[in-house]
Amino acid sequence: MSYQGKKNIPKITSDRLLIKGGRIVNDDQSFHADIYMEDGLIKQIGDNLIVPGGVKTIEANGKMVIPGGIDIHTHFQMPYRGTTTVDDFAQGSKAALAGGTTMIVDHVIPDPGCSLMAAYDQWRQWADEKSCCDYSLHVDITHWNDSVKQEVENLIKEKGVNSFQVYMAYKDYYQMSNSELYDIFTFLAERGGIAEVHAENGEIIAEEQTRMLQMGITGPEGHVLSRPEELEAEAVFRAITIASQTNCPLYVTRVMSKSAADIISQARKKGHVVFGEPITASLGTDGTHYWSKNWAKAASFVTSPPLSPDPTTPDYLNTLLSSGDLSVTGSAHCTFSVAQKAIGKDDFTQIPEGVNGVEERMTLIWDKAVTTGKMDENMFVAVTSTNAAKILNLYPRKGRIAVGSDADLVIWDTDSIRTITAKTHNSATEYNVFEGMELRGAPQVVICQGKIVLEDGNLHVTSGVGRFIPCSPFPDFAYKRIKARKQLAVLRAVPRGMYDGPVSEFSMSRGGTPSASARNSPTKQPVRNLHQSAFSLAGNPAPYGPPTPDDIPIRPAGRRIVVPPGGRSNITTLS
Amino acid sequence: IYVARTELIFTVYSIRARLRGGAVRDPVRRKTVEAPVIVSDWGDSPSVVEATMSDCRRQWNREDELPVYLAGPINTGPNQKKSYGMFSSVEGAFESKTIDFDNYAVGRKGSRTPRSGSRERVLDAGDPMGKTSSEAREGSLTNSTGETDDAHPGVESERLLIKGGRVVNDDQSLYADVYIEDGLIKQVGENLVVPGGIKVIEANGRMVIPGGIDVNTCLMKHYLGTQPADDFLQGTKAALAGGTTMIIDHVTPAPGESLLEAFECWQEAADKKACCDYSLHVDIPQWNEIVKDELELLVQEKGINSFQVYMAYKDVYQMSDSQLYEAFSFLKQLGAVVLVHAENGDLIAQEQRKILGMGITGPEGHPLSRPEELEAEAVFRAITLGNRVNCPVYITKVMSKSAADTIAQARRKGSVVFGEPITASLVTDGSHYWSRNWAKAAAYVTSPPLSPDPTTPDHLNTLLACGDLQVVGSAHCAYSTSQKAIGKDDFTLIPEGTNGVEERMGFVWDKAVAMGKMDENQFVAVTSTNAAKIFNLYPRKGRIAVGSDADIVIWDPYSVKTITAKLQQSASEYNIFEGLECRGGPALVLSQGRVVYEEGKLQAQQGTGRFIPRKHFPDYAYQRVKFRNQVNRQQGVTRGLYDGPVYDVVPTPKYITPAPSAKTSPISHQPPPIRNLHQSNFSLSGAQLDDNIPRRSGHRIVAPPGGRSNITSLG
Repeated sequence: MSYQGKKNIPKITSDRLLIKGGRIVNDDQSFHADIYMEDGLIKQIGDNLIVPGGVKTIEANGKMVIPGGIDIHTHFQMPYRGTTTVDDFAQGSKAALAGGTTMIVDHVIPDPGCSLMAAYDQWRQWADEKSCCDYSLHVDITHWNDSVKQEVENLIKEKGVNSFQVYMAYKDYYQMSNSELYDIFTFLAERGGIAEVHAENGEIIAEEQTRMLQMGITGPEGHVLSRPEELEAEAVFRAITIASQTNCPLYVTRVMSKSAADIISQARKKGHVVFGEPITASLGTDGTHYWSKNWAKAASFVTSPPLSPDPTTPDYLNTLLSSGDLSVTGSAHCTFSVAQKAIGKDDFTQIPEGVNGVEERMTLIWDKAVTTGKMDENMFVAVTSTNAAKILNLYPRKGRIAVGSDADLVIWDTDSIRTITAKTHNSATEYNVFEGMELRGAPQVVICQGKIVLEDGNLHVTSGVGRFIPCSPFPDFAYKRIKARKQLAVLRAVPRGMYDGPVSEFSMSRGGTPSASARNSPTKQPVRNLHQSAFSLAGNPAPYGPPTPDDIPIRPAGRRIVVPPGGRSNITTLS
Repeated sequence: IYVARTELIFTVYSIRARLRGGAVRDPVRRKTVEAPVIVSDWGDSPSVVEATMSDCRRQWNREDELPVYLAGPINTGPNQKKSYGMFSSVEGAFESKTIDFDNYAVGRKGSRTPRSGSRERVLDAGDPMGKTSSEAREGSLTNSTGETDDAHPGVESERLLIKGGRVVNDDQSLYADVYIEDGLIKQVGENLVVPGGIKVIEANGRMVIPGGIDVNTCLMKHYLGTQPADDFLQGTKAALAGGTTMIIDHVTPAPGESLLEAFECWQEAADKKACCDYSLHVDIPQWNEIVKDELELLVQEKGINSFQVYMAYKDVYQMSDSQLYEAFSFLKQLGAVVLVHAENGDLIAQEQRKILGMGITGPEGHPLSRPEELEAEAVFRAITLGNRVNCPVYITKVMSKSAADTIAQARRKGSVVFGEPITASLVTDGSHYWSRNWAKAAAYVTSPPLSPDPTTPDHLNTLLACGDLQVVGSAHCAYSTSQKAIGKDDFTLIPEGTNGVEERMGFVWDKAVAMGKMDENQFVAVTSTNAAKIFNLYPRKGRIAVGSDADIVIWDPYSVKTITAKLQQSASEYNIFEGLECRGGPALVLSQGRVVYEEGKLQAQQGTGRFIPRKHFPDYAYQRVKFRNQVNRQQGVTRGLYDGPVYDVVPTPKYITPAPSAKTSPISHQPPPIRNLHQSNFSLSGAQLDDNIPRRSGHRIVAPPGGRSNITSLG
């Protein structure tokens, strides 16, 4: 929490800024132009701008000027068993700004059974008090019923939330059944929300955890052993299936493994509207550290889904990110101190989950994807900022350098090299999962809301200036296709004459053999009753009437066929 | 790709032909052909049967004029009597492969041996109860004129010689005579020494293949109190007419019903009625402790090694993932094969509600509410479960391209998974659900539904030919139109099932072999041998070899017939393959060494079918699993004890965010002893009145005496 920003940068000068001689990089093109900002907005872009005298001018010297990063997935100040993550909104957003990220989207996690609205208000309060950069919120749906439905509707309509996360893991706690997922996705598709999903098969995880603990594996390696990447891939597959049935756009948070990423990219090739979000940790490191002899180090990597022990995973995910199969990057920044992690020192299932990454996100992608030649600078902007803005319906206010957009800019230094270490990072934790990594590329100047927050290596942040940015429903990026499909995919019945052939007698009380969930669908009952009463007219009183359980075993296996008066009609004969 | 594949197959053919041709020209070997084999250990006066087959053989197959097999080495020493012609390229290799049938007699020791079994059963068949019902049915049949009750099968039906045929197994084809006695294959080879006066069947160079095994039939599946139109008698008659000499039927207990009772009920019915050998799968309708005990009993004593679980039929049969995990683990311990009906039942229930709500009540609602994605999703999930538990998984009824692709992909990744397409999915598609004729549309209703994509059958046949799918079932479950009409106002009530047991072999030949996708050996593999291997019947079934059961089909690849309900054996009045032409069919069918079908005449005998018990841990499925068990031992990391600071967890947690399913793992139910100790430390520092109230979010860190040790510092 540093307040020195206030005295170092007088308000008058910071309101008007000119960036000269930069190369503006958007997701679609790069060009040389100057940028003039006033009142936190970009007012002019071009050469030889006419600007008022006395504005502060920053010389970019041909360096890249990119839209500030949007970290679409953070957990700042997240409560956990009476404690909270060590990075609150002030500390977390400060780390974000230091890494070139000018907007974060945090997850609101209501306790199961608690009101979504109350949790949302709580998060708003925390963030408004402390956040140093603009923020927005996802709301996690941790249970599902009619009142939650109402709250979700209100959140979409009035509170500026358009993305909701559901869980397929955390059995008996957050986990949703397939039917609930179907309901939620259907509901969100109607209201224009984005369904985000934490994709892991919770039921199998629970079984595997039990097995691991029985085998005497209690250390952090049990975490990854009990959550193999197949379970992630399976859940992703299932989530995509449900989303495509309900015609709802799907967003898979935390893509951690090759197989999960493959499933997403396959589904995209088949035309599904699905977005994948790898996180800093999955793009930068792997799960071999879970076997570290140092408990604290091993525990610091614990997150769900876990990092894959396959060391080729980061490279692979970077490739898919470059090719566009994965769309956005988050950090899933959720930091607990070693002492907090040690809650699970005797049982890996108790280790609080989360890794750092909000500060390292942009640099790491630059180093792993752009300098290795996988990705160009425009794609870099797309995956770190623009795509996120599009999904959240904030584009072009965020995620683009254009006249009228927010003045969230980063001057990116492609040549700087720094070594990541917990000693110098801005997070409050005593470890860093990227410890010792040498990364090329870093922000040189960061401008947030038209104010310089990072310059010459000095961070000048102001706690509490962050604004909540409301997201509106039906983002075109996700819903254009959905809407078009909705019009096409109208199911129609085949118009047939009435079937008037013989109908075999049957008893409904029979413990159903494949009468596929006949009993669930309430619409059927009246139809069936009508049907039975029609029969009694045909003059066969004895066997009809409500079948009792007794008469089933007695009845011989032979079929009893009622021939209607008038004989069989044409419509039922087989040609 | 398809063209390339056919070309490849042709290349293989021609190479094979060339190889044969090359060997034929070896003059030395050719001579040995003429040497008669003398088999002298038969009780009857042995008569030497000369090799007279070569003529007709040349006539029948120009491609391999003089097969290499004729030139097999033949001994002239004293051991000669045990020689099996070309089979004994390694001397004595055959002894070990003869089956010890006592091994198979699980649970029914003494009561029946395979040889006497058939006789006794013939007498049983004379009981009036069974007769009347069968005769009543026969009246309606058009094609069973030759059906006779052969109460005293003469010697000639017990001893048979098939001469001059080309024996086709899954690994090779060879010219050989087959001698059968007492329902078993006694000799295979050239110039067999057989007793005089036996019945000789001239195969005239036609293919002699092991009888088909239909791994999926439902001949007694109750539906709302009605039984399928085809019971064990009708069903097995249809099977025999199609060249299938063994069926494996599904025992489908109702939820809550005892598995054991259902099994006995099925067995009783089948013993009375079945005309061919049969075995049973048992479906698991629910999962609890009683079921576990029953499963153990079924495996250990009743000779059942395959059980089906359902991922569909919500609130009826469906199991949750946790239950599936437990069921898989349990069945793996028993060494059973897990059959999975793979469809996502939750989503189907939702879709059905939606579609009924839209006013779609006809059969087209069936495929609309069960899109193929749901099948692929469940297949994927089942395979994931199988991988986690390290248990072989068998997917019944593969109906769609995406499900088949999912299986093929998983096999590439090394999963032990088997896929079973059915006759219907290999031949026809789901476009008929939109037929204007309700009865016709309803006839196609089965689950998972036939895919409306018309390219599906072709794709499935290709995967079957290349080995990605292994066995073909029929899922024969025939309901009459009036039974189907139970669901005339609501498609979810239409009883599910299609016919296919009779057409199965013919259509696999027509769609795969005649199209050049598959060779005859693979044909035998997918229709018979693979099934026998997966379900541990091999080599008793699924192979023509000395000691195997005499379930043999003489296959005529050139016969052409048009499928129609009028000429079928099945009792239902529709046939979903109506009007299709099918090349290839059985010319003669032997079941248990008796001719049951010849030139269109069926001579099946009710009640002759024996229950074939199956042992657990089939090698074909479990060998890999066993090795993996040994390899995949997970081990913890040995670390020093963590002695750094530990955050004090509030005992009554108000916020429990991602404590991943802490409550489900029984071990974490009670806090581990160490933590309790730790907490008691705290109370020493002075118990407070508000101890029970959740603490505020401030951190309380306990520094151990002596400060932090090295082991926890981050380096």
